[in-house]
Amino acid sequence: MKNRKLAFESLRSVLAIAISLAIALVTILLVSDMPGTALKAFLFGPLDSMRHFGNVLEMMIPLIFTGLAVSIMFSAAQFNLGAEGAFFMGAVVSSFVAVQWTLPVVIHPIVSILIGGLTGAVFCGIPALLKVKWGASELVSSLMFNYIAFFFGLYLINYFLRDPNAGAMVSFKLLASAKLPYIIPKTRVHFGIIIAALTIVVMYFFVYRTRWGYKTLLTGLNSQFAKYAGIKTAVVVISAQVIGGFIAGAGGSIELLGLYRRFSWQQLPGYGWSGVIVAILARRNPAYVPLAAFFLAYLRIGADLMSRQSDVQNEIVAIIQGVMIVLIAAAGFLEKAQYRMVFRDATRDLTNVGNTAREVGG
Amino acid sequence: MKDFLQIIFTTQFGYSVLRVTTPILFAALAALVSDRAGVINIALEGIMLITALTGVLFSTWFHSAWLGLLMAVIMGTLTGMLLGYFHLKLKTNVILAAVALNLLASGGTIFVLYLIAGDKGISSSLASLTLPKITIPLLDKIPVLGPILSGHNVLTYFALLSVFLMHYFIYKTPMGMRIRAVGENPEAADSVGIGVKKTQFIALAMSGMIASFGGAYMSMGYVSWFSRDMTAGRGFIALAAEAMGGATPIGSFLASLLFGFFDALSNSLQLLRVPAEFVQMIPYVATVVGLVLYTAAKRNQYQRMLIKIGRQLEPEK
Repeated sequence: MKNRKLAFESLRSVLAIAISLAIALVTILLVSDMPGTALKAFLFGPLDSMRHFGNVLEMMIPLIFTGLAVSIMFSAAQFNLGAEGAFFMGAVVSSFVAVQWTLPVVIHPIVSILIGGLTGAVFCGIPALLKVKWGASELVSSLMFNYIAFFFGLYLINYFLRDPNAGAMVSFKLLASAKLPYIIPKTRVHFGIIIAALTIVVMYFFVYRTRWGYKTLLTGLNSQFAKYAGIKTAVVVISAQVIGGFIAGAGGSIELLGLYRRFSWQQLPGYGWSGVIVAILARRNPAYVPLAAFFLAYLRIGADLMSRQSDVQNEIVAIIQGVMIVLIAAAGFLEKAQYRMVFRDATRDLTNVGNTAREVGG
Repeated sequence: MKDFLQIIFTTQFGYSVLRVTTPILFAALAALVSDRAGVINIALEGIMLITALTGVLFSTWFHSAWLGLLMAVIMGTLTGMLLGYFHLKLKTNVILAAVALNLLASGGTIFVLYLIAGDKGISSSLASLTLPKITIPLLDKIPVLGPILSGHNVLTYFALLSVFLMHYFIYKTPMGMRIRAVGENPEAADSVGIGVKKTQFIALAMSGMIASFGGAYMSMGYVSWFSRDMTAGRGFIALAAEAMGGATPIGSFLASLLFGFFDALSNSLQLLRVPAEFVQMIPYVATVVGLVLYTAAKRNQYQRMLIKIGRQLEPEK
């Protein structure tokens, strides 16, 4: 029964994805003068060269981190949307470590990432604390903290780390000792993908195999029940958001050290919001996060290639994402079919039981 | 410090407070009507963005700012209804549906803008129109008050009027009472025959409609063009303003005014030698502080009330 339920959930996800892709394809056919080229680039572009496929893998890395971060926060039923700001601030602070501190080769990125992670933990932790201590909605205050992180981060970079000799508003060059090495030739896929894989394993183990993870899930399902069961829900709720913030902050730091020569973001990069999409696609399960991240990265790289090779803009991904999220998150989508399935199964089971009883009795 | 005071105590500053409050106020009232029905609407940001673009496009095509506004309002109402459909019919978590809608709005408006205006950043290639500014006779002759209160965009006055309309609607009309009943206790409302989902659907549609005035104001009053992500978090700030205003129209108005003040301050302080980023942070920090102060005070009040009730229940000796 449990397997059938899982199968049904997967079927629903696949259908949601198919519907959103179909809408995108129709849109492309409608707006493009060269729909053939556009579709080919969109659907198969990422596969046509090692470099393009490498682009998919390198985009997966930040998506995995923010996806994991949002998953753990949502698992505790906390609608903290601060992963965006945590990711940004993680990168800002770790660029200070990467520019100003002199450390040995392997130690330097580790320290930089850890400090980036701590910064992220603070930025997601504050809304959590405000909620627990004073009852201020974590949703609203985390949204505000995204903007605070953005302006505060820009202030730090522009006033303390800006390279006056560079033309644009960018930081000094990150020291070579702090950079994460590329690990796949001919691509820019960096060591961060291994850290991402490790984090997935750790988070899966944490959520499904430790008492603390179980407490988090229970609090998320029913915090009143968890409280009566003797769980300190306030601590659980805060810790989930601090952990989420840490992962998001570390993700920002890893993105910076893996792909950039200087800190050069002039806008929020949007990976925090993408993390929400990944978490929903993965149904908050860390084991599915890489799949979801790969899928989203593939879509985006495909769309980028399409916008370069044809007349369709890559923002079409926004349409796919939006439709996909609402349909997957929609409990009512295909609900009737689900009821029918449950009903059929139950009737069959009952008939079987009845038959067995008759045989035994007769 | 002297410069600072000189900036605040000018009529231009007073004028600009009202100017920047307008979109926040519309969005806060939009947040209020759905919140009172028990549904939090964090899609205001996206709805404002969509309607800002709608206003620009249709005012260009129809050569009429008013028709542009009308289309924006229709579009906003439809978007609110779409959110309602997903939340109430398909049972999507309303926060997730709204996040999806916001992402869709952010990318989708750029997609459409490029299709029509050929630019991904700004709509300046379109000859879009703005809604008129109104000079109020007599009032504009009064010193100090005149320059502050007169000569605003017509939507600014409508926003101020909306505060009272909303107050009347929510407290005095049957529909308003139904909305409050559903928000406060859906089971009780259901038991006396109020359709909970229907009421919430109407509230979300209204929320979208009101937010669309804010969106139209952004591109047809505040400035005269559409630019990508131009709402810049106003939809989110409005949520905080509504919460801080205790979910009442008058309270939300005062809180919006406070954020408008800080927003205007951040615009003006850029003239002084304060780092621009620091100044731009002010409205958001003020929002968090305000939200915490308000909820903490409310919680204290609630606890004091509980203690008081407890004392009264104690048997007399």
